[in-house]
Amino acid sequence: MARSLLLRLAVALLAALTAALGGQARADIVWVAVASNFDEPMLALGEAFSANTGHTLLVANGSTGRLYAQIVNGAAVDIFLAADTVRPARLVEDGLAVADSVQTYAIGRLALMEPGDATAGTPSPLQRLQSGDYRRLALANPDLAPYGTAARQVLAHLDLQTASASRQVFGENIGQTYAFVATGNADLGFVALSQIRHPGSAPAGRHDLVPADWHDPIRQDAVLLERGRDNEGARAFMDFLASPEARDIIAAHGYEAPE
Amino acid sequence: MSESLPAIFLTVQLALVTTLILFVIGTPLAWWLATTRTRFKPIAEAVTTLPLVLPPTVIGFYLLILFNPGSAIGGLWVRLTGDTLAFSFSGLVIASVIYSLPFMVQPLQTAFERVGRGPLDAAASLGASPLDAFISVVMPLSLRGFITAGVLSFIHTVGEFGVVLMVGGNIPGRTRVVSIALYDHVETLDYAAAHALALGLVAVALSVLVAVFLINRRYPVHAG
Repeated sequence: MARSLLLRLAVALLAALTAALGGQARADIVWVAVASNFDEPMLALGEAFSANTGHTLLVANGSTGRLYAQIVNGAAVDIFLAADTVRPARLVEDGLAVADSVQTYAIGRLALMEPGDATAGTPSPLQRLQSGDYRRLALANPDLAPYGTAARQVLAHLDLQTASASRQVFGENIGQTYAFVATGNADLGFVALSQIRHPGSAPAGRHDLVPADWHDPIRQDAVLLERGRDNEGARAFMDFLASPEARDIIAAHGYEAPE
Repeated sequence: MSESLPAIFLTVQLALVTTLILFVIGTPLAWWLATTRTRFKPIAEAVTTLPLVLPPTVIGFYLLILFNPGSAIGGLWVRLTGDTLAFSFSGLVIASVIYSLPFMVQPLQTAFERVGRGPLDAAASLGASPLDAFISVVMPLSLRGFITAGVLSFIHTVGEFGVVLMVGGNIPGRTRVVSIALYDHVETLDYAAAHALALGLVAVALSVLVAVFLINRRYPVHAG
């Protein structure tokens, strides 16, 4: 963790230096707060963006709720990539964010995962869910995590809420839910597709993609904060988020890019 | 507040069971650490203290790996009880015993070291068996150590969060303890419920601790 942070800082400083020495018209430093689930694609987006524009991104990550609390309490952030639509909207209400800057940058997809490798001929995770063939069903806490809310909607859609209630276990966030399944303690669990799909490597465990129309879209909104209003680099990154190049990167990490 | 009752009841139950088990495990362990002359003592002491060093969520993660029904221990438990260790009260007890172990062993070891082997040898020369001598001589002389160790273990288990978060699965009435209920209230911005629970937690801990320090002052027990 510490090492990757140092590495990132070094890369950022290097980028700033090259931009400065290269006589770029103007290289801004942009502070970005990103929800933990989007940390990995953010890294790829940041590299592409810095290469294109010479601006430097400095990224802090954490849970959406914590980052929101930090921003409200004065953390120096130009752009906030949240894991929901609620906190960015609230920041606009609070007068801390630029009203017309809110945009959906990614739509999360839910997957039903089981631990271990797939055995040919055995029922798929979704079939097991429907036939009740499992001991523990892990989902993120619906009160705290958007993926948990979506999972509960899926259970309601399949009319399985009552049948599964006594076997549900709750992760405080989607990362913990994934750990329950990956370590084999829960033999079925609703996780984010982005946790399973990483560019350049085979998916871990066996999973079914949950049809998107079984739950409300898991929208993740970005917002430009008042602090970044006059930061050209920040504005450029907000535009970049909606570019085809950015959308390709976002899709490769298991999200749907918005239309 | 009434909706918090199951969590409060569960927390007290968990802390009590954990503390009792820790007395049983911790007493011989602390006595051995206090009296052994082996050169491996520093290693044994370090291992006992390790739960203080590791981040709770990391301990929880490794417990999850240990509890996995596909592993030796987790599998044995499923065969014996038909239930997984993760997401169960038993799992929480095991996790809490490991997590609070230093808080039992350290005060006991200190108390035993102050008593030393002297009173034990004297009792033995009068014909007392080692166990008899330990119970009727060493334990009364170490009373303060026992009180401190018991209270610290209890309170530490009540306040435990990270480990329980990882292995518990937040099941109401089963693994949803006060600290997790409190965390949920804060995260869902239900500050009124959070304040009530936090205030209760602090009040209980404070009164217990004050009571212990009062007892310790009134009944000083000194060795030798």
